[in-house]
Amino acid sequence: MRRFAELLERLVFTPQRNGKLRLLEAHFAGTPDPDRGWALAALAGTLELPNLTPSLIRGLTEERTDPVLFRLSYDFVGDLAETVSLIWPAPETPPAPPPGLSETVEALAAATRSTRPAVLADLFDRLDPSARFAVIKLCTGGLRVGVSARLAKQALANRFGRPIERIEELWFALEPPYEDLFAWLEGGEEPEADLALSFRPMMLANPIEEHQFPDLDAADFAAETKWDGIRVQAVATPAGRRLYSRTGEDVGPAFPDVLEAMDWEGCVDGELLVVKDGETRPFSELQRRLGRKTVSARMLAELPAHVRAYDLLHDGAEDLRPLPYADRRARLAAWRTRWAPARLDVSEEVAFEGWDDLAAIRDASREAGEEGLMLKRRDSAYLAGRPVGPWWKWKRAPLTADCVLMYAQRGHGKRSSFYSDFTFGAWEEGTDGPSLAPVGKAYSGYTDEELVKLDRWVRANMTERYGPVRAVAPELVLEVAFDALQPSTRHRSGVAMRFPRIKRIRWDKPAAEAERLSTLRALAGLG
Amino acid sequence: MSARALLELRPEGLWCPAARVHLDPHKPVDRAVVTHGHGDHCRPGHRALLATPETLAIAEARYGTKAFGALQPLPPGEPVRLHDATLTLVPAGHVLGSAQVVIEAGGRRAVVSGDYKRAPDPTCAPFEPVRCDLFVTEATFGLPVFRHPPAADEVARLLASLAADPDRCHAVGVYALGKAQRLIAELRRAGHDRTIYLHGALVGLCTVYERLGVPLGPLAQIRGREQPLRGEIVLAPPSALADRWARRLPDALICAASGWMQVRQRAKQRGVELPLVISDHADWPDLQRTILETGAETIWVTHGAEEALCHWCAGQGLDARPLALAGRGEEETQ
Repeated sequence: MRRFAELLERLVFTPQRNGKLRLLEAHFAGTPDPDRGWALAALAGTLELPNLTPSLIRGLTEERTDPVLFRLSYDFVGDLAETVSLIWPAPETPPAPPPGLSETVEALAAATRSTRPAVLADLFDRLDPSARFAVIKLCTGGLRVGVSARLAKQALANRFGRPIERIEELWFALEPPYEDLFAWLEGGEEPEADLALSFRPMMLANPIEEHQFPDLDAADFAAETKWDGIRVQAVATPAGRRLYSRTGEDVGPAFPDVLEAMDWEGCVDGELLVVKDGETRPFSELQRRLGRKTVSARMLAELPAHVRAYDLLHDGAEDLRPLPYADRRARLAAWRTRWAPARLDVSEEVAFEGWDDLAAIRDASREAGEEGLMLKRRDSAYLAGRPVGPWWKWKRAPLTADCVLMYAQRGHGKRSSFYSDFTFGAWEEGTDGPSLAPVGKAYSGYTDEELVKLDRWVRANMTERYGPVRAVAPELVLEVAFDALQPSTRHRSGVAMRFPRIKRIRWDKPAAEAERLSTLRALAGLG
Repeated sequence: MSARALLELRPEGLWCPAARVHLDPHKPVDRAVVTHGHGDHCRPGHRALLATPETLAIAEARYGTKAFGALQPLPPGEPVRLHDATLTLVPAGHVLGSAQVVIEAGGRRAVVSGDYKRAPDPTCAPFEPVRCDLFVTEATFGLPVFRHPPAADEVARLLASLAADPDRCHAVGVYALGKAQRLIAELRRAGHDRTIYLHGALVGLCTVYERLGVPLGPLAQIRGREQPLRGEIVLAPPSALADRWARRLPDALICAASGWMQVRQRAKQRGVELPLVISDHADWPDLQRTILETGAETIWVTHGAEEALCHWCAGQGLDARPLALAGRGEEETQ
């Protein structure tokens, strides 16, 4: 437990991805089975423990401590798990030596509703504060250490030299504590697994630049709309149904409507969208359905989810991935006719005459839910990863707006001493004259040199501080590029930008000439 | 007379009517007795200042020789008569020169602790409990969530990280007076004999410590970007590490040595990668132990989590009340 607690603590404080990978690699290499497998499960979100409610943990602690001191401590620390782990009065001599991670997991898994408080108290008595914190995080869901399942698998691939695609394929057939997985990683036999329901690592596209078109023959490519939702893989067999995100995370529980409609057999690559009354809704509406454990009937009715198919990877049990794209699309069409699936349609091919024609098509339409175009070689097999050549994404030219810098905040990691996060606004007419309403926040788009200049400007023009945030004089205009502008109830301005980034610093432009909020609201379809 | 009559709270700070002195006043006064050299206890401008010789040396180093009228050194353990009271300074174990002020008058004794800790510190004399009727205690870490681990364990973590990441410079945020020198001394004890690099703001007080007989080993001030700092330990004020100054450090792993590092949210907010729980204040068990050891029936609690400590005192049958002193506690929260 000590090692695992230490790992979590280091991960929390290590911001860089590479730093996290190093910590994970060392842990998986240096920890014996089954502890490392339980750690992997905890990090990847596959560890199923009875959910302990905050009120149970709080109640248990209040029995052991002065409730007034507990309340004051909680007020100060601000996090229940951390307060409890620090304030828990461990006995002078622990009742038993500290348990390992697997003993802890087994004890928690075996606990019944009535024995849970006693089991937890026993663990707390035997552990130090940082291990207590780890136990609470294990049973309240969400370690919050900035590690995704993908990153944990990447660490395995790095450390043991196995392809991450194969780890991902096998993943869904394996169970914690993954002893068979580690045996294979360390040179043993590949685990036998029924992979029918497993995630197939996705094929991804590279962005295309204008100068590459002369080298490409338009006749070799099919074009289709790049929908602005979440790329998903929907798998259904007689044994079950799964909906995976691009990184192989199971997002099915948040989309019971999609799962229910998957009364077919096969594996579809597509885009998850909100489609209501035949109309594709903007990404912001899909966003409201993400990451939920339970979905209310009202939300299901209001924001119906839908899959728009790009590709067919399996037709029933038959693996189509080695076939050319054109053949797979023909199979997709036939498959759709055969099953007539609900909540699923096919992303139509966009017919075009040549690259110039396609560019015109790309820029002509700015419908909600579209990001640009995808170009796919008609002869391309479906390959895992991001191979260069077969698939390209061609996002439409971004929209831009000249906004006024309002707030700046220091960044993290390499940028930790620079003001690198910028909130900007547009002018709003009020009764007291024009004022700025924040419309977005950007962390990127500028060059290193521009960042140095922006940082210097912020330091010279600060007006107020709110914690880590600095307000600046409303004098600097930033040309902000963004992919779409959507109505938002979460922002005071009523609009939210998709992928805002700083395109140019308009040192020359007077702030008074920056964008009006009313213009942006109109662009978002608001009156 | 009652022990409570030994001290009064005035706008400029604690006042002892029998000795006619202020204790750690936060505004300039005629005659001040100061427990230690931190800026929230020792401010410039007093016409006369009484403190331990070490504290006076620190005050002069920080504020210059003209910041005070008269300086009166009083070595620990030597009583001095001031008007109707006898005053003695007794080591508080907080930083070099730190002292509790023991005031005796009318057959009663009051002790003003200033800041103190009970954990061992190679750079200063250890705290000595004094039996008294009225004890004025700090409460910086006056909540049961604060239990500081041994400093040697935290230093071992720092050295382990340095060994594991030898390409990175380990930059530790420390307060300039006390924490910097204690950390250096603890590193020396743990066998780290390499040059330790210092931000310019720490150099002066390290020199004072060495002059007063606290050896700190090889130190060098950081100048420009030329020194080879990879794999080395750098000490700097936390504010410098969060700001432009840190850009000169090669691939810095940001650490911080503070009692607040026990709360991980705090560490994370400050962008600290390696939090070291090293405190120059008493933790919760030591605050309790110290209060009981003084045998005082009346407890006044200053800066920090007064409410929790007063609540605990009440449970022990002690008469405790919070003292709202202005301008305290800033050295740990900066």
